Amino acid sequence: MDLSFNESVNKAVNESVNETFNESFNESFIELDGVEKVFDVRKRTGFMRSERREVRAVDSISFRVARGEMVGYIGPNGAGKSTTIKMLTGILTPSGGRLRVAGIDPSRERTRLARRIGVVFGQRTTLWWDLPLIDSYRLMHRMYRIPDARYRENLDRCVELLELADLLDVPVRQLSLGQRMRGDIAAALLHDPEVLYLDEPTIGLDVISKARVREFLRELNAERGTTVLLTTHDLQDIEQLCSRVMVIDHGRLMYDGPLTGLREVGESERTLVVDLERELPPIEVSSARVVRVEGPRQWLAFPATESAAPLVARIAAEYPLVDLSVREPDIEAVIAKMYAEQAGKPGRAVS
Amino acid sequence: MRVGVRGERWDGGEGWDDGPLSRWERVSDGVRAYRMIAAMWIRSTMAYRASFVMTTLGNFVATCLDFLAIVLMFSQIERLGGYSLPEVAFLYGLSAVAFGIADLVVGSMDRLGRRVRDGTLDTLLVRPAPVLAQVAADRFALRRLGRITQGLLVLTYALLSLDGVQWTTAKVLLMPVMVVSGGAIFCAVFVGGAAFQFVARDASEVQNAFTYGGTTLLQYPPGLFAQDLVRGVTFVLPLAFVNWLPALYVLGRPYPLDLPEWVAFLPPLVAAGCCALAGLAWRAGLRSYRSTGS
Repeated sequence: MDLSFNESVNKAVNESVNETFNESFNESFIELDGVEKVFDVRKRTGFMRSERREVRAVDSISFRVARGEMVGYIGPNGAGKSTTIKMLTGILTPSGGRLRVAGIDPSRERTRLARRIGVVFGQRTTLWWDLPLIDSYRLMHRMYRIPDARYRENLDRCVELLELADLLDVPVRQLSLGQRMRGDIAAALLHDPEVLYLDEPTIGLDVISKARVREFLRELNAERGTTVLLTTHDLQDIEQLCSRVMVIDHGRLMYDGPLTGLREVGESERTLVVDLERELPPIEVSSARVVRVEGPRQWLAFPATESAAPLVARIAAEYPLVDLSVREPDIEAVIAKMYAEQAGKPGRAVS
Repeated sequence: MRVGVRGERWDGGEGWDDGPLSRWERVSDGVRAYRMIAAMWIRSTMAYRASFVMTTLGNFVATCLDFLAIVLMFSQIERLGGYSLPEVAFLYGLSAVAFGIADLVVGSMDRLGRRVRDGTLDTLLVRPAPVLAQVAADRFALRRLGRITQGLLVLTYALLSLDGVQWTTAKVLLMPVMVVSGGAIFCAVFVGGAAFQFVARDASEVQNAFTYGGTTLLQYPPGLFAQDLVRGVTFVLPLAFVNWLPALYVLGRPYPLDLPEWVAFLPPLVAAGCCALAGLAWRAGLRSYRSTGS
C-alpha cells in the first residue's frame, strides 16, 4: 500500500519534471536528440543472392535551432545532409533518437507539419510545368487553405521582392532556371511557413539570380523572422546569409557554430601579403612563415586565431614596408582540411 | 475565407494548426486534394488541345479495333467456348467499363516506381494532403473516357442483341452494382500494384500484367481457360467477381468450379475487401519507403 503510494508520488513528480523539461524544449524550434538513420543497403553479389550491409547515413546527431535563426548545413555529397532534411520534413522516419519541429514529431504527423513548413528542392520543381506560374500558386492557395487576404498579401510580397510580376502568366516550362527557382521559393512561402528548408537553392543559377535569391532570403529572415535551414555547396551562400553553420560528414556533426569559428576549428591560417621597397630575402619573423616570394612581394602565413597587428608592427620596424593586405582563409579549404583531419581520428569535434 | 479543416484557427505569426486529423477528415482531405490535382492535370492537357483531341480519338479507335478482332473471329466461328457473340460482348463490355473506370480514377499509379526512382515522390510528401490521393490524381487524363465509352457501346450492343435472358429485378439491379464493384476491384489492383513498387521499383510491367492483362482475360468466357487460372482469379486475385460470376448469373450460364449461385451477389463485399487490403498494402509500402528512402 505504502509502496504503491510512493510510486504514484514519484510518478507524478517525474511527470511534472518532464513537463517543465518539455516547455524549455519548446523555446527551440527544431530539436534533434541523438537522431539516427540507418539504411539497409542490399548489394547484389550473385544472381539471386545479395549481401546486406548497414549504412549509418545519420549517426546520432543532436542540435537545436531557435526561431528566426538562419543556419547553413554543409558537407560533402553523401554526408547525410539530405537525409537530415528528409527527416525534418517527415519524409523519412528516423531509426532512433528524438526529433521535434515546432513541437511536432514530423514522421508521425507529416501532413499536420506540412502546413507549417516550406520546402524548396533545388533540383526538383514543384511547379506545374505546362501551366502559367500563377496557376501553381492558386493550387497552393487552395491546398493549404490559405485565407484569401493572407494569400494575396504574401503573393504580392513575393511577386515584388522576387520580381515575378512579368512571369505570372508564363507557362513554367518557358522559365529560365533562375526564374523557376524564384518561382519555387515563392510557392513555398505563400502559406507563411515558420521554417523554410532549402536544398541547394542556388545550384545552377547565374550570379544575378543568386544575388537576388540571397537578398530575398535575408529579408525574409529579418522581417518575418522565418527560420531558414539551407544545404548548399556554394559557400558564398553561407558567408552571405548564415550566422551559424553546421558541418556534417559521415552522418556526424563535425562543427556547429559561427562561420568565423569554423576557421579556427579548421586550424587554418590567414595570409599577410606585404609589398617591400625592393627585392629582399624572405622575411624572418617568429610568428609567421613565408610561403611565397615574388619580386618585392612576399606572402606570410600566420595562425587565423592570432591578430595581424603585432606581426605587421614587427615587420614594419625591421623592413622597408610599402603596402600590405590580409587575406582570410578560404572556407572551402578549411572544410577540406577539417575532413582530412577528421578522417584520421574517429572522435567528434563538436564545439 | 478558407481556413483550416476545423474552422478558423489561423493565429497570426504562429500559423495555424488543426491538430491531428481524424480518419474521415483525412478521407475528405484526400478527395479534395484529388479533385484539385485532377483539375490541374485537365488544364495542363488543355494546353495542348490538338494533342488531347488526337490521343482521345486514338484511344477510342484503338479500343474499338480491339473489339473488332473479336467480331472478326466470330465471322469464322459460331461460338467461342460455347458463347455467342452477344454473350462475349456482354462480358467484354462489363470488363471494359469496370476497367475503364479504374483506369480513369487511378490509372497513373503505375508511374509510382518512376517517382520513387527520380525522387519526385518527396515533393508530394511535404504537402498537407494524403500521398495516395496525390499519386492517384497524378497525370489524370480525360482521354481515358475513350475506353469507358467504347465499353459502354459494346455493352449496349450486347444488351440489345442478347436473346434468351430472363430479366428479373435482381439481374437488372446487379448491372450497376457489377460495374461499380468491378471498378473498385480494379482500383484495388492498381493501388496494390503501386504499393508493390515501393519495394520493387521497376515492377510497373508486373502491375500492367494484372491490370491490362486482367481486363483482357475477363473479356472471354471462363471456360476457355485452364481450371487453375480460373481458380487463381477467383480465390487469389478475385478478378472473377468483376464480371464473370455476376455476368454468368445474368446470362443463366453454369459457373466455373461448381460455385454456388449466390456468389454472383458477392462483388460489393469482395470489392470492399480488396480495397481494404490495398489500403493496408499502400500504408505498408509507404511506411517502408519512409524508413528506407531512395
